[in-house]
Amino acid sequence: MTKVFGSFVANDHIDLTIEPGEIHALLGENGAGKSTMMNVLYGLYDADGGEILIDDEPVKFAGPGDAVAAGIGMVHQHFMLVPVFTVAESVALGYEPTKNLGLLDIKEARKRVIEISSRFNFNIDPDALIEDLPVGAQQRVEIIKALSRDAEILILDEPTAVLTPQETDELISIMRQLKEQGTSIVFITHKLREVRAIADSITVIRRGKIVGEASPDSTETELASQMVGRAVSLTTEKDDADSGDATFQVRGLTVVDKAENVVVDDVSFDVRRGEILAVAGVQGNGQTELAETIIGLTEPRLGTITLDGKDLVGESVKDRLGAGIGFVPEDRSTDGIIAEFAIRENMILDVYDRQPYAKGLNLRPKVITAEAKKKVDEFDIRLGSVVDPISTLSGGNQQKVVLSRELGRELRLFIASQPTRGLDVGSIEFVHKRVIAERDAGTPCIIVSTELDEVYGLADRIAVMYSGRIVGIVGPETSREALGLMMAGVPADEALAATADSTTDATEKTQSAATAAPAADDDSATTSAEETE
Amino acid sequence: MTAQTVENTSSTQVKALAPIAWKFPIVYSILALVSFVFFGLIGRDGETTFRVATGGDFFAIPDFVVSSTAAGLTLGILLVVMAAASIYLGVKRISVGSWFPMLFGVLFVISFLAWAGGGSGGVIPLTTLLAGALALSVPLIFGAMCGLVGERSGIINIAIEGQLLAGAFLAAVVASVVKNPYAGLLAAPIAGALVAVILTFFAVKYWVNQIIIGVVLNVLVVGLTSFLYSTVLTEDPALWNARQKLPNLPIPLLSDIPVLGRVLFDQNILVYIMYVVVIALQIFVFRSKWGLRMRAVGEHPKAADTVGIKVNFTRVRNTLMAGAIAGLGGAFFTVGSGLAFGKEMSAGQGYIALAAMILGKWNPKGALLAALLFGFSKSLGNTLQSIGTPVANELLLMLPYIVTVFAVAGFVGRVRPPAAEGVPYVK
Repeated sequence: MTKVFGSFVANDHIDLTIEPGEIHALLGENGAGKSTMMNVLYGLYDADGGEILIDDEPVKFAGPGDAVAAGIGMVHQHFMLVPVFTVAESVALGYEPTKNLGLLDIKEARKRVIEISSRFNFNIDPDALIEDLPVGAQQRVEIIKALSRDAEILILDEPTAVLTPQETDELISIMRQLKEQGTSIVFITHKLREVRAIADSITVIRRGKIVGEASPDSTETELASQMVGRAVSLTTEKDDADSGDATFQVRGLTVVDKAENVVVDDVSFDVRRGEILAVAGVQGNGQTELAETIIGLTEPRLGTITLDGKDLVGESVKDRLGAGIGFVPEDRSTDGIIAEFAIRENMILDVYDRQPYAKGLNLRPKVITAEAKKKVDEFDIRLGSVVDPISTLSGGNQQKVVLSRELGRELRLFIASQPTRGLDVGSIEFVHKRVIAERDAGTPCIIVSTELDEVYGLADRIAVMYSGRIVGIVGPETSREALGLMMAGVPADEALAATADSTTDATEKTQSAATAAPAADDDSATTSAEETE
Repeated sequence: MTAQTVENTSSTQVKALAPIAWKFPIVYSILALVSFVFFGLIGRDGETTFRVATGGDFFAIPDFVVSSTAAGLTLGILLVVMAAASIYLGVKRISVGSWFPMLFGVLFVISFLAWAGGGSGGVIPLTTLLAGALALSVPLIFGAMCGLVGERSGIINIAIEGQLLAGAFLAAVVASVVKNPYAGLLAAPIAGALVAVILTFFAVKYWVNQIIIGVVLNVLVVGLTSFLYSTVLTEDPALWNARQKLPNLPIPLLSDIPVLGRVLFDQNILVYIMYVVVIALQIFVFRSKWGLRMRAVGEHPKAADTVGIKVNFTRVRNTLMAGAIAGLGGAFFTVGSGLAFGKEMSAGQGYIALAAMILGKWNPKGALLAALLFGFSKSLGNTLQSIGTPVANELLLMLPYIVTVFAVAGFVGRVRPPAAEGVPYVK
């Protein structure tokens, strides 16, 4: 199969065979072409070459409808659910049971949901609104949707990206159940741990090409090396923190959004000089708002933010930048860069009006270019010319530009939200090294991340946020399952106690967390609904 | 710190955070005071007659005569009590249903009428007032239905104004040429749908900004109909623009009900079609396969695509159908009211229809009520003008627009339009 976008070959003669009743993992970095391939398979894109065979019969898909009729179901990374529909309506959409006059037979639709839901113990209320459901439950609705159309091949596109560790474990057990009932599953991911836990066979994709098969028994390092194409070290090397005074303090910070929902709820913490505080949690539990409030994009309803003894609340963003805050926003493409601007212009977005870049009303292009070239060398940015628009760069290099801007001046506080989201392994390594270097230079650092690997790689202390609150601040030695429980809202001491007697082996860890979790998950399910949206 | 302390302190503070919603209590209080002081305390002496009966009623209801001041005082006190209640409920953060503002509004209007009718010994013809309200609402209701079907499918339709006007034009011309008002009724939806064809062609095929095309279409239709009016229609008005009127078809029994029967069930077929359209949409938008798909396409087109629904085809089809509905509404200006076509006779009603749709939160029922409110305010202005009140005529003419602005700006509350409206679907 081949798929070309303009001059970019997303899939280059890919061959893939899925056996009945197997879980086949498709492993590759972001942008390797995994999702493109599955969208072709599902009829959303037209292939530019190659063919699809089901039971040795060539099939041609004009659209997703044909793929569904051929027994292919897909759970997209971004769910294909209408937020204002009920579960029954969502499952019925496109294949509606009807009575006279085209009126919906909602009873029949509800029955279908209940039938499948009870077969797999999904515990889904057919009358609940999609937007009220937590992400994990929405994903189960997507699976019900696929199964209600008799899918024999189920494609799961990055299904764990939005889940807590406990929800991930639930998903893995659902996948096992499906497999037992004869469904083939294609599992697209870049997370090595999950691949090893569940896959029967693994195909590794790099830059649109298949680079090989791997066995589920391979170690994570082996898989990662195959995925990246060179030897990589998965652990970040750093010395213990040599922390100094707590120069940055947040006290009783409460932020309310436009709809009067409390998004950051009475949060207090300190960050010391030469220390990295990682803020962990499932996406949408107030981390974004916390970071944006510190930089001044949002004003808090209550509380104080103190840097070097000065309260920042009420100060403008410009003043806060002037006070020495470096900020890497969560969404690089919309908040971190201006796509049409040149690379050198993107490097001075926050200091364009200061010495040495400006003189009076004029910019000084020569200085700007010279400084930009220095940064290009320092941050190892791969580019053609610093006057090219930044949109010509890859995600990893764009992020390096952002980092070079934010780390390129004397800082008193560094905040980065999801600094490595969507980056390849090589760039992740680089970003992590730079962050640690900044810490070692004595800057207090706050890293907001939903990836536990990143949290463990960087953190000197870990603050876990759930539903706008900091559930607890723990050390980096805290176990993965304890963090998982805290991310579902269980207080730190309970989470630590609940997981104290479990073993430390990585694969068994997930198992034990799954058994310890149900109680915690039930109450998290109801409260996290609005937050995860 | 520990997690426990965080939890304890937060739960008490969160409650204190939500600010009290003062908007409604303040508005109620001002209106209640106006009513009590102006209509009651320093109101005008004399009596106001509410005339319910019209000639030829099955059984006549006597006129209802009240003292203007007494009515003003009584109603004023009631309104003050309601305003006080709203303050109390606001402070306690208890929300009440929509019956509260409705009841308040009705009482305020009655109090206003009692005041306006007093002094001059005026007679308020209730039946005429309500019948006028319905008649003025008909194009608004059709227009709002057109808007909501389009937007629920994801196409913003600003061209309702143009569709109403095109419908009015074609209905008048066809009815005049064929010499049968029902022929005009058949032609009107075609005119509306034709405007929608241009709208969807540019919106779906070329991804042009839908608001811009809508505005351009309105100007285009005004220009085209005015041109044809002054060249063709005025050449030979007897052939091209003769008056034709849809006859009233009173429904037996129902039309004999006092007041409301007269208002609702002694109407021409266009009004009955309107009832059917509103009721059908209320059911089909929310409970049919068609409605489910339409809402999916308007909320999350990609999700609809992944289950094999043709997004753009659905949008085009629904918008054309909506255009036909608006065209019908336009017919009310000409054959529906027995008038000849006149330049720009839709007079901005298409935009008011849009406002009704928004105030009705994209629901047929809500849009109906909103359109009736706007129609009523206009009818009220007309009635007061004819009985002669101390309020200046110009102010009375402004009434429907003031009501529109306040209703849409202040009282809509949190509305959520279809998520994908106005966004072209590009694969």
